[in-house]
Amino acid sequence: MLLNCENVCKDYMRGKLVVPVLKNVNLKVENGEYIAIMGPSGSGKTTLMNLIGCLDVPTSGNLTLNGENLSGMKSRRMADVRNQVLGFVFQQADLLPGLNAIDNVALPLLYRGVKKKERRKKAMEMLEKVGLSDRMEFMPNQLSGGQCQRVAIARAMAGDPQLLLADEPTGALDSQSGKQVMELFRQLNQEGITILMITHSQEVADEADRIYYIRDGILTAEKEDRAK
Amino acid sequence: MFENIKLAFQGIWSHKMRSLLTMLGIIIGIASIISIVSTIKGTNEQIKQNLVGSGTNAVTIALYQGDWTFDLDWNAIPEGVPPMNDAVRTQITALETVEDASIYTERNYVSNVFYQNTPYNGALRGIDRHYLGVNGYSVSLGRSFTERDYQNYNKVAIVDDKVAQSLFYGENPIGKVIEINKDPFVVVGMAMQSSENTPVINSLSDYDLYVGSSSGCVFVPDVHWGSLYRYDEPQKLCLKATSTDDMTAAGQKAVSIINSRLSVGEKSDLSYQSNDISKQANDLQKLTNTTNMQLIWIASISLLVGGIGVMNIMLVSVTERTREIGLKKAIGAREGRILWQFLTEAAVLTSFGGILGVAAGVGLSKIISQLTGAPTAISIPASIIAVVFSTLIGVVFGLLPAVKAARLNPIDALRRE
Ligand SMILES: Nc1ncnc2c1ncn2[C@@H]1O[C@H](COP(=O)(O)OP(=O)(O)OP(=O)(O)O)[C@@H](O)[C@H]1O
Ligand SMILES: [Mg+2]
Repeated sequence: MLLNCENVCKDYMRGKLVVPVLKNVNLKVENGEYIAIMGPSGSGKTTLMNLIGCLDVPTSGNLTLNGENLSGMKSRRMADVRNQVLGFVFQQADLLPGLNAIDNVALPLLYRGVKKKERRKKAMEMLEKVGLSDRMEFMPNQLSGGQCQRVAIARAMAGDPQLLLADEPTGALDSQSGKQVMELFRQLNQEGITILMITHSQEVADEADRIYYIRDGILTAEKEDRAK
Repeated sequence: MFENIKLAFQGIWSHKMRSLLTMLGIIIGIASIISIVSTIKGTNEQIKQNLVGSGTNAVTIALYQGDWTFDLDWNAIPEGVPPMNDAVRTQITALETVEDASIYTERNYVSNVFYQNTPYNGALRGIDRHYLGVNGYSVSLGRSFTERDYQNYNKVAIVDDKVAQSLFYGENPIGKVIEINKDPFVVVGMAMQSSENTPVINSLSDYDLYVGSSSGCVFVPDVHWGSLYRYDEPQKLCLKATSTDDMTAAGQKAVSIINSRLSVGEKSDLSYQSNDISKQANDLQKLTNTTNMQLIWIASISLLVGGIGVMNIMLVSVTERTREIGLKKAIGAREGRILWQFLTEAAVLTSFGGILGVAAGVGLSKIISQLTGAPTAISIPASIIAVVFSTLIGVVFGLLPAVKAARLNPIDALRRE
């Protein structure tokens, strides 16, 4: 098992008020799975992803990633886990504006201490994979939104992660670029990468092996469609 | 590390105006310190040059009674002060810091020397074979003393250019006969100190001691001294140090050699002491140093203000780049890396400011010396220290913003738009 969430709760403090955002979330993810998480805005999807992504710690409950318990982990080790086990794709592409496509993609490898020559080689390989071999030296402001997102995916993949976390990766894209990005995810999954994706779009979610729904901080496997 | 510096430069370059304004405090502080230091150094070098002269590096060692030079005119020949012989001279010239030395006897104001009927009131020195060389004299007319003059007790004399003027009214002194203690001496040469060996400052009372006497000097071979005055009068020693900086040390070593030969008894206040102009120059330099050190403290305040400015702008920069920091952390940058990134950025900013400040300070001191005529000398070590110090300011004042950046919660950082 790659990921195991057991009774994960997350509260936020708003002043003196305790606001529970995640309530007893249980989630198991096996290697190679493609999972989509859907839910209305403010339901706690990003919060859950942050917990899984070692960016935040749960209020209670247990999270194990690759057999390693995340609670009580030192911040230095958390950084290393983010660097080596995980890959992130955010809603906005979030490239560093001062670096060109290659250097952006090579960033996780830089933090890992890989030599410059190897970094570039790997980055170019990844850019080729996302279909941007003719845009390698471009700066982010010279790329379209879809191209930026593909660079971001290349960056997330550059470190050969076991789990790819994507928070609404197509949210800011038009349908054409969105399709390209989805195609890319499907291809990566077929190559064996485990994917956990947050999306608002049913069409996007249908690509996944399993769909989870989150409502008011409660995660379920069934679609609870009251409107029906 | 190198990558960080490159990135820091890119950051500085992309905010040219802001970076320049941030560096301004550092630039002004460093520039004023550099120009003050240059002025101090220039003044010191001038003092040294004026007082000591650039050539001779001569140190005079004379017998002292307490704080005063032993007066030959009024005192009996002291007990326990053996005459200095060639062995002493050899021992002193063997010192590493001593180039040459000379033993001589001297009366500063004589009344028993006449040319025809004109009395001469300057100095008279009985000199050995080395004196003229050690003191930077060159014989410009006639000849110097020869070995034969010493061996045959030839009654010959050399006058300096001042005596040639005052006693002979500018006539050629060679061949003229002067009477010393009613003994006729033939002038065989005229000697003068080359101008570079003559101190420029005239106002110091010690100046006279250094050149001997302002009204000139007559030299005779030291073999006559006993019959002209008294036998075994305490002599003086004059040594030429290898460099100006060695003068004090050479003088002290020579003094201890000479004093070790004395047997004047414990209660006596007789001892040889060195009269070292560089020591006096040092005292003068210390005076200018302390006044200027205060100026440096004032200039440092501007550095402090500059440092606070750097801290301020770095804090702004951290806030502005919250999202970048969050992203880097999400990708797996450790806290240490973020810390280093901001520290190097602050340090590069301030050291760049320091370099500009040194350049501005050098320019400023050139302008000051042009306008006021104050001497300046650029100090390389001071410039290096200034740049290192401004780098340090960057590290110190960049620490708080850098820690703030490193400690940023990646969630908050990513949520911020
Ligand atoms: N730092 C915080 N402090 C207080 N409340 C927070 C904080 N972060 C998130 N929340 C609250 O937690 C809830 C869940 O937020 P989250 O970002 O997980 O929603 P989401 O499901 O990702 O929504 P969206 O689809 O709009 O991205 C929201 O009500 C939000 O206001
Ligand atoms: Mg969200």
